[in-house]
Amino acid sequence: MEALAPARVVLLLAWPLAGWLANGLLGRRLGRLGPGLVGSAAVGASFLTASWLLAAYRALGPEAGPVPVPLGPWFGAGDLVVDAGLLVDPLSLTMALVVSGVGFLIHVYAIGYMAGDAHPARFFAYLNLFVFAMLLLVTAGNLLVLFVGWELVGVCSYLLIGFWFDRPAAATAGRKAFVTNRVGDAAFLLGLFLLFTAVGSLDILTVGEAAAALPAGVRLAAALLLFAGATGKSAQLPLHVWLPDAMEGPTPVSALIHAATMVTAGVFLIARLGGLFLAVPEAMAVVAAVGALTAFFAATVALRQHDLKRVLAYSTISQLGYMFVAMGAFAPAAGLFHLVTHAFFKALLFLAAGSVMHATHDVIDVRRLGGLARPLRWTAAGFAVGGLALAGVPPFAGFFSKDLILEHAFALGMATGNYVPYLLGLLTAFVTAVYITRAALLTFAGQPAEPGAHPHEAPPVMLWPMVLLAVLSASGGLLGARAAGEPLLHFLEPVLPHLGGPLAEVHAPAGPLMALSVATALAGIALGWTVHRGRRDPAGGAFGVFLERRWYIDALYEVALLRPARALGRWLAGPVDLGAIDGLVNGVGRAAMRLGAGVRRWQTGYARQYALGVLVGGVLILVFWMLR
Amino acid sequence: MVPATAYLALSAVLFTLGAAGVLVRRNALIVFMSVELMLNAVNLAFVTFARQHLSIDGQVIVFFVLVVAAVEVVVGLALIGEIFRSRETVDIDDVDLLRG
Repeated sequence: MEALAPARVVLLLAWPLAGWLANGLLGRRLGRLGPGLVGSAAVGASFLTASWLLAAYRALGPEAGPVPVPLGPWFGAGDLVVDAGLLVDPLSLTMALVVSGVGFLIHVYAIGYMAGDAHPARFFAYLNLFVFAMLLLVTAGNLLVLFVGWELVGVCSYLLIGFWFDRPAAATAGRKAFVTNRVGDAAFLLGLFLLFTAVGSLDILTVGEAAAALPAGVRLAAALLLFAGATGKSAQLPLHVWLPDAMEGPTPVSALIHAATMVTAGVFLIARLGGLFLAVPEAMAVVAAVGALTAFFAATVALRQHDLKRVLAYSTISQLGYMFVAMGAFAPAAGLFHLVTHAFFKALLFLAAGSVMHATHDVIDVRRLGGLARPLRWTAAGFAVGGLALAGVPPFAGFFSKDLILEHAFALGMATGNYVPYLLGLLTAFVTAVYITRAALLTFAGQPAEPGAHPHEAPPVMLWPMVLLAVLSASGGLLGARAAGEPLLHFLEPVLPHLGGPLAEVHAPAGPLMALSVATALAGIALGWTVHRGRRDPAGGAFGVFLERRWYIDALYEVALLRPARALGRWLAGPVDLGAIDGLVNGVGRAAMRLGAGVRRWQTGYARQYALGVLVGGVLILVFWMLR
Repeated sequence: MVPATAYLALSAVLFTLGAAGVLVRRNALIVFMSVELMLNAVNLAFVTFARQHLSIDGQVIVFFVLVVAAVEVVVGLALIGEIFRSRETVDIDDVDLLRG
C-alpha cells in the first residue's frame, strides 16, 4: 500500500489546483502563451500521476480491491463525522485517466483556439479548477467529498459557459445551466440526507455494503433521489435543457465539460454507488427507461438542429442516455466503457467543430457552411473518424461500447420481458447515424454556401490533439472488444461486478445482435447520404418543425414553469410587496404623521400659555388630592 | 401673636399675584419678577409651617429655594439679555420659534 500513500494520491489533485492558483493569481504576468502552457502542463502532470497510480495499483495484484486513502477528519457535528478521504480503485483510476488525459489534449488544443482571446489566464484558471473538481469528484471516498467536487464542476461549468459574459446569450446560458443543475443537486442532497439517516455514514464503501440491508422503501427513495441528481448533471430528461444552451461557451469547454467529462458525472455516480443501485431493480428500471427515452428523444432532435455544436450537444445527451441504459441494464462496466469511448470521439467531434469555427470566424450554422473538406482536410478527416465512431461503425471505438450496451439491453429484455430500452436503443443507433451523416455532409461536402470566404486549416497545436483523439476514437474499442480480451471490463470487474440481478441467467445472442447493430448503423448512414447528398436539407414538414423546436419541451417549460414563475414574481413584487408590506409600513408612518399633525397645534410658541397649562395642571392635582 | 392663618393667607395672596403676573404680563422682566414673587410666597408658607410644627425642615428647604432662585436669576437674566440683544424685544409672545 506504500505505493498508494495519501501524499502520492493527493498529487493527482494538487497539479491542477496549483495550475489554477498560478493562472488565477499570476496569470496576467504570464503573457499571452504562459497561461496555456501552465494550464496544460498542470493537467499533463496530473495525467502522468494518474498513469503512475494505475501502474502502482496494478502492481498490487488483481485482488487489491478498493484502496481507501484517508486524509484525516474533515468536520464533525454530533453523530455526523465526515472523514475527508479518497478512494483508489479501478473505477476512480479509469475516470481519472480519462479526465486528465482527454483534459490534457483539450488544454493543448485550447492554447491554439484561445490564442486571440484577451483573457487566457482566466480561461485556463477555470479549466484547471474544473479538472481539479472533476478529479476530486471521481476519486472521492466519501459522498460529501464527492458532493464538493460535484458542486465545483457545476460552478466551473457556469463560469466557462459564461466565459464571454459580455454576450447576453452566454450569460443567460450560464445561469440556465447553473439553475437547472441546482434542481438536480437539491434531489442529490436529499438523497445524501436520507442515506446518512439510514446508514449513519456517507463513506462510499460503507454505504455500498450497507445498501443491501436497508429497508426497501428507503433504498428505492435514496436511489431515485440520487438518480434525479444524476439527471441534472448528465442532462437527461427532463433536466436536459441546459446542455444545448451550454454551447455558448468556448468550444474547448464544450468538448471538455459538456461532452467528455462533467456530464458523465451522473453515470459515474450510479456506477460508484452500484451497490445501492443494483440492489433496487425498480430504480434500475426507471434509470433504463429515462436513459432510453432521452437517447431517442435527443437523437431525433439532433436531426433538425442547424448549429453544428447543438447537433453535437444533443448527440451527447443521446449518448449519455445510452450510458444510463447500460446502468439500468445492470451492466455498469459496459456503461463505463461507453463513457470512455464517448469521451474520445465526442471530444474529437467537438474539437473538429471548434476547428471549423476557427476557420470560418465563428460561423457554425451548417446551412452557411459546406465545402470545407478541401481546405480543412485534417479537420474533416477527424470529424469523419469521430462521426463513424459515434455512428457505431466497426472497428471504431463507439461500435464496441454501443454494441455491448445494446447486447445488455437485449438481455434485460430477455430477463424481464421489457424490450423497450433495447428497441429504443436500436432506433437511436439508426437515427444517430443519420444525423451525424447529415451534419458531416452539410459541413464538409459540396460547395461552400457562402463563397468568398477563405477558410484556413487550424495550427498544429490544435491539430495534434485531434490526431491523438482520432487514434483513440479509432482504436479505443480494443479496451473492451471481445477479440482483444476486454481489458477495461476485466479491470473494472472487481468494483463493477455484473451483479446481474435478473440478468445473471440470461445470455444474449451476441453475434446476431452485433450484425443487426452494424446493419442499423450502415443503413442510417446510407439514408443520411441519400437524403442529404449534395448538401440538400429537406425540412421534413410538420415533423421536421416538431424536431427543430426540440419536441416543444423548452416551450412547454416556458408555458408551464417560467410564465407562472414570472407571474408569481410580479404578483409578489406588486400586490404583495408594494401593496401589502409597503402599505403596512407606510401606513404606520402615515398614522404617526397624522397624530403629530394633530398634536403640534398645542405647541403654540406662547410661553404664557404653557405657564397657564402648568398652573391649571398643578391646581387640578391639588384638587384631586384634596378630594381623595 | 399673629395667627399662622394670617401668614398663610398672605402667602396665598402673594402666590396668586405672582401667578397672575406670569400669565398676564408680556414683558419678560416682569414675568421673571412674578416668578420670584411666587417663589417667595412659597418660602413664606414653608417658614410658617416650620414655626407651627416646630420643625427645622421647612426652614432648610427655604434655603435651598433661595439658592436655586439665585442661580435661576443668573441664568434667566442672561437669557433675557441675550434675547433682547438679538431680537430687540423682551415681549415673550414675540419669542415663538418653537411654535408647532
